[in-house]
Amino acid sequence: MAIYNLTVNNKKVKVDVEEDMPLLWVVRDFVGLKGTKFGCGMALCGACTVHLDGEPARSCQTPVSSVGKNTKITTIEGIGDAKLHAIQQAWIEEQVPQCGYCQSGQIMSAVALLKTNASPSDQDIDSAMSGNLCRCGTYDRIRKAIHRAANTIKVEEKGIGKM
Amino acid sequence: MENIQTSRRDFLKTTALTSFGLALGITAFSRDATVKKITPAILKLEINPFIIIDTAGNITIVNPRPDMGQGSTQAVPSLLAEELEVRLDQVKIIQSDGKGKYGNQTSGGSSSVRSLWEPIRKAGAAAREMLTETAAKRWNVPVSECIAKDGTIVHKPTGKSLTYGELADDASKLEIPKNPKLKDPKDFQILGKFNKRLDVPERVTGQAIYGIDIDIPGMVYASILHSPMVHGKVVSINDAETKKVKGVVKVLKTERTMPHRTSEAVAVIGTNYWAALKGRKALQVKWDNADYEKTLSTEKYFAETYEAAKKEGIRYEEKGDFSSKYNTAAKKLESHYETPFLAHAPIEPENAVVHVKEDGSIEIWAPVQGPDWALRDVCAYMKVEPEKVKINVTLLGGAFGRKAYHDFLLEACHLSKELKKPVKVVWTREDDISQGPYRPGMLSHMQGIVEEGKITGFHHHAIGESIMGQVFKGLKPDEADSWIGEELSVHNNKYNFSTASKISWTHVKTDIPIVWWRSVYASNFGWGQECFIDELAHLAATDPMKARMELIKDDRFQKVLETLSEKAAWGEKLAEGQGKGIAVFKSFDSISASCITVTKKDTGVKIDKVVTVIDCGYYVNPDNVKAQTEGNIVMGLTAAIKDGITFTNGVCDQSNFHQYNIMRLNEMPAIEIHIVDSGSTPGGVGEPGLPPIAPALGNAIFAATGKRMRKLPFDISNLG
Repeated sequence: MAIYNLTVNNKKVKVDVEEDMPLLWVVRDFVGLKGTKFGCGMALCGACTVHLDGEPARSCQTPVSSVGKNTKITTIEGIGDAKLHAIQQAWIEEQVPQCGYCQSGQIMSAVALLKTNASPSDQDIDSAMSGNLCRCGTYDRIRKAIHRAANTIKVEEKGIGKM
Repeated sequence: MENIQTSRRDFLKTTALTSFGLALGITAFSRDATVKKITPAILKLEINPFIIIDTAGNITIVNPRPDMGQGSTQAVPSLLAEELEVRLDQVKIIQSDGKGKYGNQTSGGSSSVRSLWEPIRKAGAAAREMLTETAAKRWNVPVSECIAKDGTIVHKPTGKSLTYGELADDASKLEIPKNPKLKDPKDFQILGKFNKRLDVPERVTGQAIYGIDIDIPGMVYASILHSPMVHGKVVSINDAETKKVKGVVKVLKTERTMPHRTSEAVAVIGTNYWAALKGRKALQVKWDNADYEKTLSTEKYFAETYEAAKKEGIRYEEKGDFSSKYNTAAKKLESHYETPFLAHAPIEPENAVVHVKEDGSIEIWAPVQGPDWALRDVCAYMKVEPEKVKINVTLLGGAFGRKAYHDFLLEACHLSKELKKPVKVVWTREDDISQGPYRPGMLSHMQGIVEEGKITGFHHHAIGESIMGQVFKGLKPDEADSWIGEELSVHNNKYNFSTASKISWTHVKTDIPIVWWRSVYASNFGWGQECFIDELAHLAATDPMKARMELIKDDRFQKVLETLSEKAAWGEKLAEGQGKGIAVFKSFDSISASCITVTKKDTGVKIDKVVTVIDCGYYVNPDNVKAQTEGNIVMGLTAAIKDGITFTNGVCDQSNFHQYNIMRLNEMPAIEIHIVDSGSTPGGVGEPGLPPIAPALGNAIFAATGKRMRKLPFDISNLG
C-alpha cells in the first residue's frame, strides 16, 4: 500500500491503495465518485473514460501509480461546473441515453473531442468515438448531439463576443 | 376497502411519509395481462401497484417495471399522469419490491405498456373522479362544474380551487369507482406526445445509481472464479498467491445456481473490489469438469440440429398435408438457416449487494429485471418466506434479458450468509461473456412450394434447445415448444399459404446455459422465415415486397409494408452494385418491417441505410419508440455481422469485447424510423424492431451480390 495525492475534479484527495490499482477503482471505491463505470477491464469499451490533464484515458487500464500528483483527473462529475457542459445539455436535447450506463464515458470522449476540434466532421466523430461501446445502440443520437453541442458552443462564443 | 387499508399501512412502513391521503390499488381494473412468453409460476396477487396521493399533495407511483433503458420510468407515470390530470414532473416514482401485492413486476416480453395501459390509466381516472367528487361536495356544487388540472380541482364558474393534497384524505373515504371514464385518445395531452424523459439529466451527470454503484456500510467485495467449463466441481484450491494480495480477507468455495444445474465456484473476498479481483486472478484451482471437454461444443450441438432436420419434427401447426404436397410439388426449395448462441453483454456487468442479517432477514440491492422473480428465486434458494426479504431495485445498466436470470444474485446471497456480512458480487466482462446464459443457437429447416409464380407452401422446422425446457423444465418429450410455435404461427405473422403450411419442432438439448435475449426466439427464427420467403419469391420470379403483400391478408401488415415501400423507395432504380432487402416480423403484438440497402465493396458489402417501419399500436412517447427501434437496429446488425458465442472442448471461445465485438459508432449506417399510427391496442416497443434486421440484411446482400447468406453471423467485409 502507498499514499497517493491526487487531484480529482480540482480537489486534492489522498488515498492509501496498492500501486497497481487501476484509477477506475480508486475513483469509484476510494474517492467515492461512482459516475465512472466499469465495463470490460481491458480498455475495450470506454465506459471508464476520464480525462488526465484534459486528455481522454481509460481508467481501467491506468494504474494509480502512473498518475502524477500534479495530473488533473477529471471525471463525469467534474466537467459541468455550475451549469451543465454543452455536451451534457446536447445529450439531454437529443435524449441520447437509454440505460445510460456507458454515457459517462461517451460524454468524456465527446468533451475531449470538442476541446481540440470545435467543428468535428462525421469522420472526426467516428475516430474520436469508436472506442466507446453502447449496447443500447444510441450511436446515431450521440453523433447528432455532438454536432448540436458544437453548434451551441459556437453560438455562445459569438454571443459573448469571443471570436 | 380492506386491501386499501393494508396497502396504506405497508406504504407507511416503507416510506418516510408522515401524512397520508388517498392510496389506490388497481386490482379492480387490471385485466389478465400476464406476459405469455416469459411467465413463470405466478406469484399470488394480493393487490396491484399503488398510486398514493398524500395530504401534502405528493403523488407517488410504485413502478412495477424496472428500468433497464427501455423507458419504464417515463412510460408508467405517463399512464397515470394523463388520466389523473397532473404533469409528469409532479409524479414521484418508487420501484416495487417484488412482493406479490404488486403483481407482475418483470420488465420482459416488451410488456410494460401493453399490460399496464389500461389498469394504470383506470386507476388514475378513478382517483381523479374521487378527488373531483370530494371537491364538488365540499363546495356544494355539481361535479360537472369541476375540472381537474395539474393537481388541483377547479370550480369553473368561480375559479376557486383545491389541491389534490387538500382533498386526498376525504377522497380516500369514497368507494373507488369500478368503471371510471377514460379519456378519448384524441384528448391525450401526454400519451402519444413527445416528452423529455425526466431522468435523462441524472444519466448524463454521473448521478444515476446502478446496481454496481451501491455501497453499504460494512460491505465486503467478492470476485468469483467460475468453472471454466460452465459446469464443474472444485477438486482443489491453491490460494497461496491470492492470500498475499493486500486487501484479500478470505477465499471460500461457493456455488453458482442456475435453473438447470448448480456449479461449484471459488470466491475471493476483499476489502475492495480490485483486491478481490486481483486475488481471484492469482488463484489456482483444479476442476472436475465431468468430461465436458469431450462432450460439449457448439459444433457438436449444431451437427445434431442438422441431423434432426433430416427427420420429421413434432408438429405444432399444419394446414393441408404439407409433406405430401411438398413431395409431389414441381417447383420447390429446401434451405437451412442457422443462428448462433449470443451473449447479452450489457455494459453494466452482473452484480448484486446482499445482506443476510442476523435475524435471518435479507436485504438486496440489485439491477434485476423483475423483483418478483428475484424474490421467488431468493426465497426458494435461501428457504425463507417473502416477508423476510426486502429487494431494492436499482437502475439497470442494460439487461436485454440477462438480468432476469439470477445466478449472480444467488451467489451474493450464498456469500453473505456464509460471511455474515453485506457482500457485493461483481462479475467481470469475462464472466459475463464466457459463462452465459446465452440466447440459444438455433436451426431453421425450411421447405417451400411455388406454384404459378406464387409462394403456396411453407414449412418452418424449428430445431434447438428450448428456454421453456431448460429454464422452466417445462417441456415434455412429445411437446412442441409453444413459445416458438406461437411466434411462427400463421396466426401471428398472417402469411396465408394457399396449398399447405406447417410449423414443426425438434428439441436438441445442450447443457450450455440459455435464456431469453432481446426479442427471444423471434431473433432466431425471423432469420429463417424472412430469408426463405425472399428465396421463394426469387424462385417464383416475383418481387419480394409484392410476394409478401399477396401472402399477408391483414390490414395492419399491409399498411406497414406500404409505408416501408414508400419510405424506402422500394422499386426505384438502384446505383451500380447496390441492393435492397426487406423483412417483416410481428413480435410482442407489434409489427415491424425493415428495408436495408447495401453496396458491393471488394469481397463484401457496405451497409448504406436501414429504414424501419413499426406499428406498435398506441404508444406513450414517439421518441422512445424511435430510440428503442434504433437500439434494435444496432443490436440486430451486431447479431448479424459481429461475433457469435462458440464452445470448443467444453470452454467458451470468447471472453471480452475483443472476441465478442459489438457494433461501434463508426460502423453506423444511415437510419430512418417511421411509426404507423394504427390506434390499435398497445404492442411492445423494446424488442419488435430487432427480428427483421438480420433477414433484411441477408436479402439485401443477395440482391446486391447474388450470394445467399444462411448462417449467422458473417463477416460483412468478406462474404466468401
